[in-house]
Amino acid sequence: MNGFPWLTVAGAIPLAGALLLALVPATPADGAEADRRAREQLVKALALVFSLAALAVVIVIAVRFNVSGPDFQFTESYSWIPQFGVHYALGVDGIALVLIGMTAVLMPVVILASWHDVPAAARHSVKTYFALMLVLETMMIGVFAATDVFLFYVFFEAMLIPMYFMIGSYGTGPRQYAAVKFLLYSLLGGLLMLVAVIALYVQATRSAATGFHGSFLFSELVHVSLSPAVQKWLFLGFFIAFAIKAPLWPFHTWLPDAAASAQPGAAVLMLGVMDKVGTFGMIRYCLELFPAAARYFTPLILTLAVIAILYGAIVAIGQTSLKRLIGYTSISHFGFIALGIFAMTTQGQSGATFYMVNHGFATGALFILAGFLIARRGSDRIADYGGVQKVAPLLAGLFLVSGLAGLSLPGLSTFVSEFLVLVGTFTRYKVAASFATAGIILASIYILWMYQRTMTGPVRDEVAGMPDLRPRELWAVAPLVALIIATGVYPKPVLDIINPAVRATMTQIHVTDPAPPHPAPAYLNNTTAYLKTAHPAAAQKGILP
Amino acid sequence: MSLAAATIPAPSIEYSQLAPMLIVFGAAVVGVLVEAFAPRHLRRPAHLVLSLGGLATAFVLTCVIAGSASIFANGSPGHNAAMGAVAVDRPTLFIQGTILVLAFVSVLLIADSAQDVSPFAGQAAAAPGSPEEREGLLAGLVHTEIYPLTLFAVGGMLLFPASNDLLTMFVALEVLSLPLYLLCGLARRRRLLSHEAAVKYFLLGAFSSAFFLFGIAMLYGYSGSVSLAAIASTVSSNTGSTTLLFAGIALTGLGLLFKIGAVPFQSWKPDVYQGAPTPVTALMASCTVVSAFGALLRVFYVAFGNLTWDWRPAMWAVAILTMVIGAIIAITQTDVKRLLAYSSIAHAGFILTAVIAASAAGLSSSLFYLAAYGFTTVGAFAVITLVRDPGGEADHLSRWAGLGKRSPLVAGIFAFFLLAFAGIPLTSGFTGKFAVFQAAVAGGATPLVIVGVLASAIAAFFYVRVIVLMFFSDPVPDGPEVVVPSLFTGTAVGLGAVATLVLGIVPGPVLDLANHAATQLFVR
Repeated sequence: MNGFPWLTVAGAIPLAGALLLALVPATPADGAEADRRAREQLVKALALVFSLAALAVVIVIAVRFNVSGPDFQFTESYSWIPQFGVHYALGVDGIALVLIGMTAVLMPVVILASWHDVPAAARHSVKTYFALMLVLETMMIGVFAATDVFLFYVFFEAMLIPMYFMIGSYGTGPRQYAAVKFLLYSLLGGLLMLVAVIALYVQATRSAATGFHGSFLFSELVHVSLSPAVQKWLFLGFFIAFAIKAPLWPFHTWLPDAAASAQPGAAVLMLGVMDKVGTFGMIRYCLELFPAAARYFTPLILTLAVIAILYGAIVAIGQTSLKRLIGYTSISHFGFIALGIFAMTTQGQSGATFYMVNHGFATGALFILAGFLIARRGSDRIADYGGVQKVAPLLAGLFLVSGLAGLSLPGLSTFVSEFLVLVGTFTRYKVAASFATAGIILASIYILWMYQRTMTGPVRDEVAGMPDLRPRELWAVAPLVALIIATGVYPKPVLDIINPAVRATMTQIHVTDPAPPHPAPAYLNNTTAYLKTAHPAAAQKGILP
Repeated sequence: MSLAAATIPAPSIEYSQLAPMLIVFGAAVVGVLVEAFAPRHLRRPAHLVLSLGGLATAFVLTCVIAGSASIFANGSPGHNAAMGAVAVDRPTLFIQGTILVLAFVSVLLIADSAQDVSPFAGQAAAAPGSPEEREGLLAGLVHTEIYPLTLFAVGGMLLFPASNDLLTMFVALEVLSLPLYLLCGLARRRRLLSHEAAVKYFLLGAFSSAFFLFGIAMLYGYSGSVSLAAIASTVSSNTGSTTLLFAGIALTGLGLLFKIGAVPFQSWKPDVYQGAPTPVTALMASCTVVSAFGALLRVFYVAFGNLTWDWRPAMWAVAILTMVIGAIIAITQTDVKRLLAYSSIAHAGFILTAVIAASAAGLSSSLFYLAAYGFTTVGAFAVITLVRDPGGEADHLSRWAGLGKRSPLVAGIFAFFLLAFAGIPLTSGFTGKFAVFQAAVAGGATPLVIVGVLASAIAAFFYVRVIVLMFFSDPVPDGPEVVVPSLFTGTAVGLGAVATLVLGIVPGPVLDLANHAATQLFVR
């Protein structure tokens, strides 16, 4: 089981890069401008190289991943804190793999896009910014790869610190307020989860499944039987933490502030990757560890998800700031993801997982492009733009494609995932799916209206001299747009990786997809169904199981 | 029996088992002699050798005793030395070892003179920075009796958790407290604050000692003995007046809770921590807290171990109040030492959650938490001594604004300590918090743990606020300078940081040690 530690290597490369960056000596105070520039270039190049190396390792992992193999592959397990039964245990299933892949792809893109995000007169050094990004990548890979709940929690919490510094030190506007709000919300959720983690461990020490010695290994915890009441409390402990992270309405208020104050690169990492830990946690931990409680809370969560879809979209329409607008659209998208997860159908969960990846790419591209736009004009207000497509057609064109991905245009990858989510939801929860579908209409309003206000119309004076995308910027965004289109046209490879993991989840939570509307006579293989057909009155009275 | 015939039998004293305490006390006594006879210029070096050497030797001997086969032969939990007055058992040895290491680091801070002058007043009459003071310093008029005082206090701290009867415990309490009252009043800068701290600490401490003594009297009245084991056996035989028993528990508990600074007996802590010279604050915040928790654990686990149902509700209330009030009041603090004082109150509450579990897990997690917290605290106060204004340490938080820009390393280390206090993973604070909360949940105190995490979230706010100030705010003009640490202070900061990191990433060995120490609980 402990073969070559691919996942550890993938996670260690960025960390090594960060340490190397920290060793680059700072420019002396009286150093020449050219010297400072040279050092900064070195730092950025190193950061890019290390993120690309991590991407290469992740690609190797993805290629070697056996779709029909065991649920968790590339597993590693070493005892870490034996007193608490804590293991350094890593492994990926299809869901974790695609999310790690998304992280690894976004990282070089973000580094390339953030090339000039730390201005020369910055409060802090360039190298710290890029080192923080690389540390963050290590933790994000770790959080998706962890198969030990304690280890997951460690990454889940430790991840906050680099992001906190990235927003607080390098952000714009009320960055201190946004950073503190972000950290406190997340910490509060994390601490509630800590209680649940501890309680789960204490339950495990009383369970034969772990041999009465307690364990945090996911593979052992799924076999710990919990009483219904305990399950509900523990579920809530985990779920609130993930709902704050994701964020789900009504735990979302930190997100628009953080997104608006962070630099575009940091915001992409936050919206694109960190927040996925919330939805990833729901599907991996909330569902699999507490299946009965998950079924119990499903109506409530679906309601919250639908509210999030509509609320996020409606509030997004009214925004005057580009970054806040994209922040609110994400709340709507996270609603779709939560909807798909808790619809408890194969399509819904596959769609939700695919949605997580697509949202990372689409919103990432949109936010990066918005960042380019803001860097050129020096303003975040939508009203300050107009007619950009005439002066910067490439920028505007890519902005449109990313925007259309945000509203799930057919042919783009987001359409596949949103469609799967809605179909998966509709087979079981028709009302929720109907309301959610309205989100698509609202999405076209906020995206197209934003595009119309910023890109079309007469060219404003301040916009007139705006340069189009530079090669570096094009290289940053083009891969994302290419991926959105490619997986939109041919999503099968990604779905092939996701589907076995989703089926395993469904088995673990004892849920099967609802039968299609016109099935073969069910009584051929199902007594209860036969009785229901034969005695509809009895079924209505609830006599039948 | 006639008086003439009665001979007082000589007590049998196991000198080898008591060696750590005897060495520390011995070094203190020799220190007093040095103060009396050695020429001025030799005093400081002599004291340094005595104090550091004494503490180090005592630590080594503690380890030797812990490894001794004869004391713990045949699965014995330990031995009652000195006619049953002093317990030698594993939890006590763990606590004593922790105290000795932390005291060693604190003495390094106390001895630091790399800054132009020491943090202690040379002469009470000479104002800081005045010509008189300079002349006095040139003449070598400095308070070198600080070292023997510290050693006496440390000796008391070693005895306090080891006392197996309440009278010994009371004596230890006084031995540890009296030198501390003095040390608090010796600050060179801001002397009024320092004097106020000393007087306040003395008065309130005297009150609490009186309550403690009164409680001892009640318990003596209840069981006819001051020995913890005798009280426990009276409890289990269910004879005697429960009124006396409960009054005794309440009053002795009050005395002990005062020392750890639990709410509602916390009011001395912020003033004393703020007014005392920072190295002394470091000593109090680490060693005294460890020692007092050791004593609290012993009394409540040994003497009142069968009464958990009776004292638990009160302890619940105290723990909740301590966590919540410590965390909430800390938010409004503007002085970094007061802030750490309130944070120390909140942490005392977290440890109480494990004490309430009254189990081996509760004991071992408390031990681990105390060790982890002690190192972080010493490190944090060591950093505070480095950030200086022309008028002394820059304690006001507004002066810390933008420190991360001016000296990223010092600010970074301080931020790391704050994150450890906040309990962020990969620091010792998280491991400790996890351990105590796990013991509490296993002991059925889940609601208490929920209060605990909510208090942690509140506490995180003010730790984070300091980080915001240091890193995200623009530097204040003519802000404090960060002095280059001397070898001593540098060692203290480094040890604190390394311990905080190591106990966060590979806590296994120390957890093992704590578990091993706690499996058999205390000797009776």
